[in-house]
Amino acid sequence: MNLYQKNGIKGYEAQEYDVAVIGAGHAGIEAALACARLGVKTVIFTMSLDAIGNMPCNPSIGGTAKGHLVREIDALGGEMGKAADATFIQSRMLNKGKGPAVHSLRVQADRERYHVYMKRALERQENLDVKQAEIIDILTDDGKIEAVVTHLGAVHKVKAAIICSGTFLKGKIFVGDINYMSGPDGMHAAMRLSDELEKNGIKLRRFKTGTPARVHRRSIDFSVLEEQPGDEPVVPFSFQTKEKLENRSTCFVAYTNEKTHELIRENMHRSAMYSGEIEGVGPRYCPSIEDKVRRFADKPRHQIFVEPMGLETEEIYLQGISTSLPEDVQIDMYRTIKGLEHVELMRNAYAIEYDCCDPLDLKASLEFKAVKGLFGAGQFNGTSGYEEAAAQGLIAGINAAHLILGKAPFILDRASSYIGTLIDDLVTKGCSDPYRMMTSRSEYRLILRQDNADERLTPKGHEIGLISDEIFEDFLKKQELKNSEIERLEKTSVSPSEKLNEMLVSRGTAPMTTGAKLADLIRRPQISYDDLTEFDVSRPEIPSDVAQQAEIAIKYEGYIKKQLAQVEQMRKMEQKLLPENIDYASITGLRLEAREKLQRVRPLNIGQASRISGVSPADISVLLIYLESHKL
Amino acid sequence: MSNRTVAAVSTPLAVGGIGVVRISGDDAVNIAAKVFKSVSGRDISEMKGYTACFGRVFDSSGEFDEAVLTVFRAPKSYTGEDVAEISCHGGVYLVKRLLRAVLDNGAYPAGAGEFTKRAFLNGKISLTQAEAVGDMLKVQSDYAARAALSLHDGVLFKEISEVKNKLVEISGHLCAWVDYPDEEIEEISLDEISDTLYMAKDRLSKLIGSFDSGKMMREGVDTAIVGRPNAGKSTLMNLMAGAQRSIVTQIEGTTRDVVEEVVRLGDLILNVADTAGLRETDDVVEKIGVELARKKMEQSQLVLAVFDSSDTLNDFEYSLIDELKDRTAVAIINKIDLEQKIDVDYLKQHFKYVVQISANSKDSLEALTETITEAMGFNFADPNAAMLANERQKKCADTALTACSQAIECLESGFTLDAVTVCITDAIECLGELTGESAAESVIDEVFSKFCVGK
Repeated sequence: MNLYQKNGIKGYEAQEYDVAVIGAGHAGIEAALACARLGVKTVIFTMSLDAIGNMPCNPSIGGTAKGHLVREIDALGGEMGKAADATFIQSRMLNKGKGPAVHSLRVQADRERYHVYMKRALERQENLDVKQAEIIDILTDDGKIEAVVTHLGAVHKVKAAIICSGTFLKGKIFVGDINYMSGPDGMHAAMRLSDELEKNGIKLRRFKTGTPARVHRRSIDFSVLEEQPGDEPVVPFSFQTKEKLENRSTCFVAYTNEKTHELIRENMHRSAMYSGEIEGVGPRYCPSIEDKVRRFADKPRHQIFVEPMGLETEEIYLQGISTSLPEDVQIDMYRTIKGLEHVELMRNAYAIEYDCCDPLDLKASLEFKAVKGLFGAGQFNGTSGYEEAAAQGLIAGINAAHLILGKAPFILDRASSYIGTLIDDLVTKGCSDPYRMMTSRSEYRLILRQDNADERLTPKGHEIGLISDEIFEDFLKKQELKNSEIERLEKTSVSPSEKLNEMLVSRGTAPMTTGAKLADLIRRPQISYDDLTEFDVSRPEIPSDVAQQAEIAIKYEGYIKKQLAQVEQMRKMEQKLLPENIDYASITGLRLEAREKLQRVRPLNIGQASRISGVSPADISVLLIYLESHKL
Repeated sequence: MSNRTVAAVSTPLAVGGIGVVRISGDDAVNIAAKVFKSVSGRDISEMKGYTACFGRVFDSSGEFDEAVLTVFRAPKSYTGEDVAEISCHGGVYLVKRLLRAVLDNGAYPAGAGEFTKRAFLNGKISLTQAEAVGDMLKVQSDYAARAALSLHDGVLFKEISEVKNKLVEISGHLCAWVDYPDEEIEEISLDEISDTLYMAKDRLSKLIGSFDSGKMMREGVDTAIVGRPNAGKSTLMNLMAGAQRSIVTQIEGTTRDVVEEVVRLGDLILNVADTAGLRETDDVVEKIGVELARKKMEQSQLVLAVFDSSDTLNDFEYSLIDELKDRTAVAIINKIDLEQKIDVDYLKQHFKYVVQISANSKDSLEALTETITEAMGFNFADPNAAMLANERQKKCADTALTACSQAIECLESGFTLDAVTVCITDAIECLGELTGESAAESVIDEVFSKFCVGK
């Protein structure tokens, strides 16, 4: 290799690696751990070792659909769930009562301890070097990654690199009419890598996100706020967490009021959002308070969640009120809120704009179509959220390792997981604003539950090599236990008794006149597994999560079967492969828009093609006829 | 072998003025030259596009008809390929003989819809156009033509969109409520969900119902004439057939004792089966005829029950009247020129549509047409109302309807809303397939435009 010399930096030949992970946030961590665990020699670079696994926005893991992602990461052998279990301070199961498909686990994490946990996980990992350096360039040869270059001129030859740059690429912070180049939490922005990526044919665009203020605990009057305690018993994220977990802190709810809204309206012109200076596209699901007040003018109040940042800090996060108003307006605004009248800001709210790629340029393996061996994950791919980032990091890591090991790409389809849905959405539909996972994005919600993530993914994790034989054995035992419980419930009858009928009637269902199988009683939507405890004499001692899965399997059997039938149909479409060299421009039956979209996305199969926006059912028929008539 | 030359009869195989055999593909004109001889001795293979030529068609046994050959050159043809169309005199025999000659000379038989498929693949028409053209070709009366046009005008699209948007609205609300549990999102009332689902179910059922009547318009109403022997069934058949002799077809190979004809009655096309007289019988052959008659009656979409007004109703007729109580049926009281013995009031009580005629008289035709049209409800159906045009569209609507019914069932049995939502999403997905929009995207857009959510 010629000695690197560029922009005043004289390169030196540094250690060679199989994979370099650029960035040690939530995506980078999973990517690096996956690679190293799969036995390839890996290095992870971070701008600051003190910011590994940092949470620059809210100190929480999980939430609707995001909680599903964490469970899935865990089921595949990732780290996020274990870290959350080890460092959470409050846990809630959201959406109880709305059905098992949408039960979602969410925890408040201790931000500092989470960082410490993750830093140590990286440090202790075999095959993994952890380095503080900024990557300023990538070297390629013939469309293939060759090396990464640090700001001090270290040229590391690599076979693959994964960009997990978060909001750092040309990061620019906006507070009112003040703006400056910066990363989050006082770190500097990565100013140089973007241009080099673009020179290598990676198109970049600007996205934007925002965060609210952190304030001092003692400046809040908690006595006038609603408390929002954690749920007991705590359900862990990780399928491997066996010890009992406990809530250690609590959150509160505050509300904006008309005074708050008036102040915002008066100062709207001073918000960076409306100054026209921000070119980045912000996330729809995470509107700033200015946005909320403007778009939902008739809403008398907006909720604010008052969340501790950790056990060893007095910092409090104010969820729901992110803003890019000037600091003086921020202070006045927060102080209009009941309970926050004397609030003291510790870190101001801001909007941040950054470079990211267009995920349509990625394959489903998260490798760039344009540069072999170059992968992207996390916010760099246009998403938002720690969990979305971690999920992509894990998949990019596995695929980078597979590339080096000569294995086939690891691709999860939509019916397997929220992870598969997330990546399919990204590489098929792209995103026009930062992408957040939602349960409504999955058409297979009833089978992609958080409770059965292990059933869906642990065999795959074991096959890849991220789940040990020992854990897999445990998993198989659990499955067996579940299946035999389902079988027992299907076979065991109870005869009607006065007491049983009393219970049935009290739940609003019909009394029994003849004997019935336990499973048939569980099929009644109003009757739970626990309702039957005293009438079910042969019930074995089984863990509650196993019992819950058995119950769901029986109760929702009809709907689950229906979804499984849809899955089968979808998988049939996924099996109709589109050849890699197909020239869509020459298929005249396709509408122009469809030709362009198909040429751009280059879907792997008819199923994926059908999900591209701008490709109509008519276009799909043309493709099918084309495949048929060319016997492809 | 996608560009092999294909041929088919492209007019209905029926007695008619002319019959057309269409040949499409690279060899179309060469093959035409092997079965068609120009009267003027013109070289067929040199014919330019958009030109026609008069001559005779022949096969190995010699010339068998006069014909006109029209040539279209790629890409300016219906299919976008070279096309030769030979128009000979109509009639099943001649047209089939011509097709046979064409196939013997190297053309492959075209599959159903193959010309349209080729047109579509060659970028000549879009899929919706292809579908509408297919229907257009099948149009046999003005009435059906009007219904086929309303597709182009987007009436169907509008109707489907309206139903879909209502479902998207509740689905969006449910999703926001689920995806943002910490936000103050008003809980959607079960009544509201239920009302919307019933509304969707109702409108989809109507659309699907209209598909069946649409199909009847295009393909004819399967009609059975039933009644006791000598009630005047055959006379009735002749009366109706005589009305539009030119388009009446005698279908070959019909089973003994069931005679089928296609007749046109006003705007309606009826595929009429004249059946054996219904009565108890020990005669083996007649028994078979009676059984066939019953079967025809059960399968038909319209029953014309003929009664002899000069006699009283017998037991057999009383039970027939009872059998027809839930069917679309018209009581035809025949022989009104004779002395009346029949209980007309009884018939009027048991049939919604009753007409009194004398099948011998052509004057009866008008009253008959009016009553049958009324019975089919086409008088009340607005031909410009939204209508599903083909099986693909109907399948989508059917699936959407099933999904709505499941959502209702799920809701009413007290299941959690996640299961209800999944059913609603299915319905939206199917309707989206009809209008070409993605369900997931529309629901998410709804969430963000209607609800103030997010940290």
